[in-house]
Amino acid sequence: MLRLLPTVAFIILFQGCSMQPWVKPYERARLADPIMSFDRDPVSASYINHVYQAREGARGAEGGAGGGCGCN
Amino acid sequence: MALKVAQAAVVAVINMKEKYHLKRISKIFASLLAFILTFPLMAAILPEDRFDALIHSYQGGGMDITGPSLLIQKLINPSYSISGNYYVDTISSASIDVITSASPYKEERTEHSIGIDYLRNKSILSFHITNSEENDFKAKTFTLGVSQDMFGDLTTLSMGYSRGKDEVMRVVNTPTGKTLDTGFGTKNIDRHNFRLGLTQVLTKNMIAGLNYELITDKGFLNNPYRQVRFADGSKAFEAYPNTRSSNAVGMRLKYYLPYRAAISGEYRFFSDTWSITGNTFALGYTHPIQNKWVFDLRYRAYDQTRANFYGDVFSAPGIQTYMARDKELSTFNNQTLGFSISYDLGQHDWKLIKKGSINFAFDHMMFDYEDFRDASVTRVPIGTEPLYSFSSNVMQFYLSVYY
Repeated sequence: MLRLLPTVAFIILFQGCSMQPWVKPYERARLADPIMSFDRDPVSASYINHVYQAREGARGAEGGAGGGCGCN
Repeated sequence: MALKVAQAAVVAVINMKEKYHLKRISKIFASLLAFILTFPLMAAILPEDRFDALIHSYQGGGMDITGPSLLIQKLINPSYSISGNYYVDTISSASIDVITSASPYKEERTEHSIGIDYLRNKSILSFHITNSEENDFKAKTFTLGVSQDMFGDLTTLSMGYSRGKDEVMRVVNTPTGKTLDTGFGTKNIDRHNFRLGLTQVLTKNMIAGLNYELITDKGFLNNPYRQVRFADGSKAFEAYPNTRSSNAVGMRLKYYLPYRAAISGEYRFFSDTWSITGNTFALGYTHPIQNKWVFDLRYRAYDQTRANFYGDVFSAPGIQTYMARDKELSTFNNQTLGFSISYDLGQHDWKLIKKGSINFAFDHMMFDYEDFRDASVTRVPIGTEPLYSFSSNVMQFYLSVYY
């Protein structure tokens, strides 16, 4: 049963390729607003991450994965 | 003798396990990369033509660090975008570490990075090289990344790999001035970072981000100057394990309020092979006024447990193999309160500039240590000094221009 799991996951993933977005393009005006960006200013975000990294034991997963607003 | 053989065997097994672990992770990332590149692709866009000039200032805990950061991004044709960053830290240090074991110093760290983003089949591939130099430390890092919008552009999947090579040296004071310690030589550090990111549109008002990062370091990982202290008042240089692996998982949420404003929340969990676990929690509020001004308010809290070889005072030399007294490896917490003000210069059809903004950011940080004592207090017995704490102010002033 466990061996089938990757195959099932793969099928579900590819099903996703053809799925209809539940937030339509015309409903994304608010998501496209710059205030909804996780890191509006990359140079500032990079600096503040550096400030914390130099003073804390933790590191990594600070973000920077970009936006997913679909407004590209 | 038997103990040494056993130790060597344990080290060999750990090295083998690490190599196996790295190979497995590399294979998983290679498979994911292949999967992304063959995916039926949706919209993707290269970074905008943009120039940022930032001046930063950090003051607190006896440290005064200032400098500029310049970032330029330029689209050279529809498929390629290039970027460059120049960053300087001018450091004047009289921190608690420095005043208890050395004399205050000044130094400069300069960092250059260049990168290229390539749009292919509507997928973005990135390659960046960073070079950082100071008088006793050099670091070179290259980064590969790929990001992809999918599922009707509601999901952005990204992944990256970085490889870093660092060189650590030691500067000593001589009658003729400061010079590199030839006895210490040059020690190396080898770094690998693996990153996975997912950004997901949840509703027409809410977006979420999930990030994972694995970092492995191998080599000379301690500070070449810092010393541990013993109960009898004597001191010795720190000794760290020569490997470290860490995992971090971060989650972010951003929500558009019923009026034009946004709130955000963030949590990150961290753990590593040195037994440090850390929690980061952050809240933010963004409020624009009249399309010209944007105000941000933020709060961040962080706490961590100590590394298993950290100690404020060790009973005697040789009591354990690894010993550290780096306050960043101790049990502590910090809190930050901050705000930003941004003024939009508006959209213009000037010859060179389309739009821009002027920005100011201020953050006040408060650090409280639970097992790191203020060794600059000398009138009390060793190990009974008050616990150390300090606060710092961080300021940024920057101009962003889109051209």
